[in-house]
Amino acid sequence: MKSHEIRVQIGSDSDIVTARQKGREMASQLGFTITDLTLIATAISELARNIVLYAQQGEILLSIAEEGARRGIGVIARDAGPGIPDVERALQEGFSTSRSFGMGLSGVRRLVDEFKIVSELGSGTTVSVKKWK
Amino acid sequence: MQVPILKQRDYLIASIQAALTDADLLQLRDALVTRVGTFRSRGVIVDVTALDVMDSFAVRTLGDLAHMIRLRGAETVIVGIQPEVAFAMVQLGLTLTGVSTALDLEEGLAFLDKRMKATSGTR
Repeated sequence: MKSHEIRVQIGSDSDIVTARQKGREMASQLGFTITDLTLIATAISELARNIVLYAQQGEILLSIAEEGARRGIGVIARDAGPGIPDVERALQEGFSTSRSFGMGLSGVRRLVDEFKIVSELGSGTTVSVKKWK
Repeated sequence: MQVPILKQRDYLIASIQAALTDADLLQLRDALVTRVGTFRSRGVIVDVTALDVMDSFAVRTLGDLAHMIRLRGAETVIVGIQPEVAFAMVQLGLTLTGVSTALDLEEGLAFLDKRMKATSGTR
């Protein structure tokens, strides 16, 4: 486990707030601009919300991302929920199955620089995003 | 974290002080929809200056709030959306269609005053 890794358990709506505040703090220490801080916090909020909505429980992992001289923040949202039957479709503009709140995953993808999703029916979903400075 | 709701003349002013959970937001919506009747208010201002994140749930709930208040015969104006929050909302694809917004509390009050004057002949 790398240093500077923060793990936030997600199980309720107040955990969503905690996760995005921790993410904002970490990004702020990394020296992101205030606009980027807001984009990062908003992305974390949406990812944590997806966990609560679809899997009830999971976790958000925050870490410092490094690649050559580049630094940034990495966010992994992981749950052991039902998984997404059709990932392609879930990434389509405006698609959301819970009548909800979602611009969902397509919205999150627009807020970050890198976006990866692995989902398996019955065993859960992991979304990994990165934002570079 | 409950949001204080102040009554000023014909208006209710809800001034959000800190980050809100989903439950807090729903509670604010319900409290305002009820109190518009209790105080026979004609306008509602929700000041979101202190919100550093407005995600899909927050935007949806504020939109619902404004539409419910309109059904109760009053006008809502959302004030204080920060520039970076506006940027993030647009990036995320979130809109507050049909909801009035103003720069800050002062502009919000001026907006409601104008709106009340314009409709006073018909009410």
